[in-house]
Amino acid sequence: MAALHSFIPQPPSNALPRLWTFHGGIHVPDEKSLSNAQAIEPAPLPARLVIPLQQHIGAPARVLVQVGDRVLKGQMIAEPSGFISAPVHASSSGRIIAIEPHPIPHPSGLSALCAVIETDGEDVWAELPPPLTDYPQRYPHDIRERIRWAGVVGMGGASFPTSVKLDPGADRPIHTLIINGVECEPYITCDDRLMRERAGHILAGVRIMHHLLGVERVLIGIEDNKPEAIARMRLALAETDLHACTQVVPIPTLYPSGGEKQLIRILTGREVPSGGLPAQLGIVCQNIGTAAAVADAVLEGRPLISRIVTVTGRAIAAPRNLEVRIGTPVSELIAHCGGYLEPPHKLICGGPMMGFALTHLETPITKPTNCVLALTEAESPDPGPALACIRCGRCAEVCPAKLLPQQLYWHARAKDLDRVQDYNLFDCIECGCCAQVCPSHIPLVQYYRYAKTEVWAREQEKRKSEQARARHAARQARLERQEQEKQARLRKQKEAVKSPQ
Amino acid sequence: MKTIISSPHVPRVNRVDRIMLDVLLALVPGMLAMTWFFGWGLLINLVLAVTFAVVAEAAVMLARGRSPLIAIGDLSAVVTAVLFAISVPPMLPWWLTLLGMVFAIVLVKQLYGGMGYNPFNPAMAAYVFLLISYPIAMTTWLAPGMLAEHSFTFMESLRLILDGTLPAGLDWDAISSATPLDEMRGKLDLHLTIDEIRHSPLWGYVGGRGWEWIAFWFLAGGIYLLWRRTITWHIPVSMLLALAICSGIFWSLDPQTHPFPAFHLFSGAAILGAFFIATDPVTACTTRQGQLIFGAIIGITVFAIRTWGGYPDAVAFAVLLMNIAAPTIDYYTQPRVFGHGREHR
Ligand code: SF4
Ligand code: SF4
Repeated sequence: MAALHSFIPQPPSNALPRLWTFHGGIHVPDEKSLSNAQAIEPAPLPARLVIPLQQHIGAPARVLVQVGDRVLKGQMIAEPSGFISAPVHASSSGRIIAIEPHPIPHPSGLSALCAVIETDGEDVWAELPPPLTDYPQRYPHDIRERIRWAGVVGMGGASFPTSVKLDPGADRPIHTLIINGVECEPYITCDDRLMRERAGHILAGVRIMHHLLGVERVLIGIEDNKPEAIARMRLALAETDLHACTQVVPIPTLYPSGGEKQLIRILTGREVPSGGLPAQLGIVCQNIGTAAAVADAVLEGRPLISRIVTVTGRAIAAPRNLEVRIGTPVSELIAHCGGYLEPPHKLICGGPMMGFALTHLETPITKPTNCVLALTEAESPDPGPALACIRCGRCAEVCPAKLLPQQLYWHARAKDLDRVQDYNLFDCIECGCCAQVCPSHIPLVQYYRYAKTEVWAREQEKRKSEQARARHAARQARLERQEQEKQARLRKQKEAVKSPQ
Repeated sequence: MKTIISSPHVPRVNRVDRIMLDVLLALVPGMLAMTWFFGWGLLINLVLAVTFAVVAEAAVMLARGRSPLIAIGDLSAVVTAVLFAISVPPMLPWWLTLLGMVFAIVLVKQLYGGMGYNPFNPAMAAYVFLLISYPIAMTTWLAPGMLAEHSFTFMESLRLILDGTLPAGLDWDAISSATPLDEMRGKLDLHLTIDEIRHSPLWGYVGGRGWEWIAFWFLAGGIYLLWRRTITWHIPVSMLLALAICSGIFWSLDPQTHPFPAFHLFSGAAILGAFFIATDPVTACTTRQGQLIFGAIIGITVFAIRTWGGYPDAVAFAVLLMNIAAPTIDYYTQPRVFGHGREHR
């Protein structure tokens, strides 16, 4: 831990920090010009909103409403059920017409419990809590409670409850807050637009997080293919009292620089330990969109009920950046963007590198959904049949986790679950670099995801059988005890019978 | 909408057949040089070997109930055939080429599971198999063009390869010639000094006349592959460097009984082996550190066999030997995974 703080005394803040590199990574055509000139505009209010009751990592939220209830915009319809949990709010006013399983954006194409709201078109707000503009005078606990109430989760994809991340505990001092404005996935421009148009608001959120964490410095990392966002953020920064401890740091464009571990490495040279958290290094990382949502919650008392979504791809008539109510079906957004120019070859939720195919057009937008991508066949051709691995090592060369993807593949294919873990399967961030360069067109990431689920399933099995064994042992013990007690009773009775003689 | 296809959803940037095509392209200058110095034999062998290899590959795929098109389309059998044709003497009888290709494709490659699964480099395994079984035929080289008494026409070459008939008035003694490595080794064994040995029209600037130019053009092809990033520098550089250092040490100790490093580099299959054979990804090491070790031991082995072993050239033996060791080397040279162990800051 001593070494950890050795670099903290910072040079004057206008000197940019030294940048580090991570192993591998790839250059992919960024395709951002399809949508990055489109200013954020509100998406229309849909007739129905399908709001998943769990949009975060952690314990599911508890439903607070019933079918037939009338709800107002911003009203909490599900409350958190544990420390690591987040509430869900209605994103417009209307009536709950169903609470039922519905397809949600998930790699597995799963369905999950959703509240379906028939909107009334009036969009009336519920009564909102007062703004906490005087937050520096308030208890950190109250500010965090507000963020928690607002249902703010990581908007960069991880969807971990933000209030928890902003509460690392007294024994774990945080010295650096990293704001992720990298947006390294091709096509996606929502964070870019947000930075260009609402830099001041983002920084207001950053200031709140800075206050809560008590950090010494804030680093805002932005890929250098977004010069305007960098300029806007710098301009806005100069107007705040944050500029003494905060820097906007342009970083070279290289996928996946926006991965949390990669960004931390680039900006600080530190590696998050395998299986560990950035907080172990005294670092917390938050996304641009999350910062804006924190500002909404604290300064305006508004819950997280909408987000910016990029709707793009060459199959879309008019790609746009839309401010979308959580729960809006994907089909509405596509229609709002002029529909398709040609039937899309693939419809994807998220970016082309890590996103997953949407199987259902009525899938709703959730808090971590940053992009809806309709790709033509030319943009996303099917790779053709996979050939055998020729062990060329191209995958290992680009793997940002420094793994040996070819060996992982080998063992994943053989279903050798011990060996895949020896080769550090769980350090794979599923960035897809390896699959992109593989000359044999092996769907490597698919194998890794599959192997991970297998390992989890096996562990669950093990836990279950251990529990069963424990139950069995407990039962045995109980039976034995009962037997002994019975014997003891019998003996006593016998003795009792004998003794009068 | 289609079935779920896993990310990434961007076009793939590499293809196995393109990589193989690149390798074939890179071999062209060297092959042209060989044809220039040794006549049509190489090209005839090339056509024969490719035909045999492709037919063998297709037959096995059909027998295994798979589509032969994918296996042939990856061009790996063609590369095996071409490397084989380059390695064997230009007037090798056709049935040895047939035997070699059946051995390479059916036994060495397909019996182990086909492309990607074979532990040994098929071309080199076939070469060594024939060298041991038919040592005379496999070591009977022609003299390079400017030194040859007879220059073969296309038809003469064809007849010689197909039914073993020499043109009237010629016998093998008249047309065959030792390779530079043979020559060097033979004369050194007779206790001649290097200066005395090199005092002969057989020698060019650094190696055998003609031979050194062939090596040069293979080197050019190898550099093309590096430039195209089809191969990385690790194996060729470590192998050639090890060969140069070993020979350099002995040469500096006694320059009259040990040839200088450039002779080693530009003779035999050193360059060809370094860029085109040892780099066969299927049978080489796959970690970067492992590749350095893999290449270096091949270089050292080549030098040792050339200097003290029973065969004048040794690239094929050295490569096969290291093929066996590759998985173990890979295992012990895994890179430090991100977030594990000590950070290198
Ligand atoms: S890139 Fe593909 S073919 Fe090459 S080693 Fe990796 S998995 Fe094998
Ligand atoms: S998907 Fe996993 S194995 Fe492949 S490059 Fe990314 S981290 Fe490495």
